[in-house]
Amino acid sequence: MSLTTFLQQCLTGISLGGAYALIAIGYTLVYGILRLINFAHGDIFMMAGYFMIFAMASFPWPIAIPLVLIATVVLGVLIERVAYRPLRSAPRMSAMISAIGVSYLLQNLATYLFTALPKGYPEIPFLKKIFQIGGLSASFVTFLTPILTLFIVYLLIILINKTKIGMAMRAVSRDYDTAALMGIKINTVITFTFAVGSLLAAVGSVLYFTDRMTVFPFSGSLPGLKCFVAAVFGGIGSIPGAVIGGFILGLGETALVAMGYSTFSDAFTFVLLIIILLIKPTGLFGEKITDKV
Amino acid sequence: MLKIDNLKVNYGGIEAVKGISFEVPDKTIVTLIGANGAGKSTTLRAIAGLVKAAPGSSITLDGEELIGVSTPDIVKKGISMVPEGRRVFPDMTVIENIRIGAYLRNDSLDEDINRMYDLFPRLKERSWQLAGTLSGGEQQMLAVARALMSRPKILMMDEPSLGLAPIIVKNIFSIIKEIHSQGVTVLLIEQNANMALQVADIGYVLETGKISLTGTGKELLADESVKAAYLGKKN
Repeated sequence: MSLTTFLQQCLTGISLGGAYALIAIGYTLVYGILRLINFAHGDIFMMAGYFMIFAMASFPWPIAIPLVLIATVVLGVLIERVAYRPLRSAPRMSAMISAIGVSYLLQNLATYLFTALPKGYPEIPFLKKIFQIGGLSASFVTFLTPILTLFIVYLLIILINKTKIGMAMRAVSRDYDTAALMGIKINTVITFTFAVGSLLAAVGSVLYFTDRMTVFPFSGSLPGLKCFVAAVFGGIGSIPGAVIGGFILGLGETALVAMGYSTFSDAFTFVLLIIILLIKPTGLFGEKITDKV
Repeated sequence: MLKIDNLKVNYGGIEAVKGISFEVPDKTIVTLIGANGAGKSTTLRAIAGLVKAAPGSSITLDGEELIGVSTPDIVKKGISMVPEGRRVFPDMTVIENIRIGAYLRNDSLDEDINRMYDLFPRLKERSWQLAGTLSGGEQQMLAVARALMSRPKILMMDEPSLGLAPIIVKNIFSIIKEIHSQGVTVLLIEQNANMALQVADIGYVLETGKISLTGTGKELLADESVKAAYLGKKN
């Protein structure tokens, strides 16, 4: 393999990893606050794909993209309100089953509304433009994805560590009652968390589907599952963990494809899951416990 | 004035608080004493809106009903609480823990932060340390500072002396007096009845969900049944 090919594959891997990272953050954020695996997250990502198809049918991309972001946020927040909030004080398993239910609901709703046939994902001209750097050539979106991902993560980390709502998120993720005693409205923080997670899923969906050209009702299930693994691998609840997990997954998958084992590229994810669960079940950056009694 | 009237709280069919009534007049120190499971913590948690009171109960602050009001809104009305077990946010720094206590405020916090540092010089030294790495006594001070940051009219404290060395307990109680002298009403729950009654203007003895005895701190300290049950002194 020549150096150029190697770099080319790395670029592809990093780009895929970036999109994975954005979705994985959604899992990790929601888990951090609610201790809930939002199994519907992959399907929210899929719905964002369909939203884009419809938005682009009527609007140019500078209007379509914000519309998609807003619609996805509304969907995510709505799901929390309808399917998770009523189960807030129920056992955790109930909320998880509800999440699985929402996942199937969205998949079937999409099949019912848009048929199971793959629909073409609209092309955003500037994202598809081919760029050449040295011997590397790739569409703009391939270069953009990792850079945008890192930028978004940077903003997110500032949000969580430096702003008031971020402080509230950290407090709620630790202890509902004490957070409430500080005057923090728990429901507002949870809604905000779902909004952020869904927003990132929407951004990830634009980047991911632009490279894949089609959307179908189950487009969200495998990427969703993989990103869940990425979040677990990095240590669920940890944002840097989710990002690193996403990139490792993207790179690993691409490496297998490049070596000619594309049949196994999906298996890579699950092998990774098994290994991390055996060796370090809390993930790379699993929750530190610094409680002192 | 905080007025609790016929407060009942049920936990999964068990009546933890069985219709208690008491008053916390402005600028006093009021203490509820009683054994484990007497319903002291539940009473405080009901006032803070963390547990639901049964129908028929009433909690009023200056005549305004608090039952059904959410915890953040109760904090906004001027009731702040230091929870049992301190519950500082262990992976936030000391200064962040202090700041989060003022979550509802939008004005400048500098003056109040300095006031807290004057009250608790140890916290100033450890300002950038993670709260989880503090000792138990320091965490208790942090929890008190955090609760004061909302500028409460009433400060409720749930077992502030629990698990602390005697010298630190003394320190905590002198801080309670100091806070009280600054015009804050204090509602204190304690198993350490001796210390609590010494600082209290009014004391209530809670037994299995009911108030069995009322008096000034001094009266209760002298009461034979209190002596026997809570102060470990023989008749």
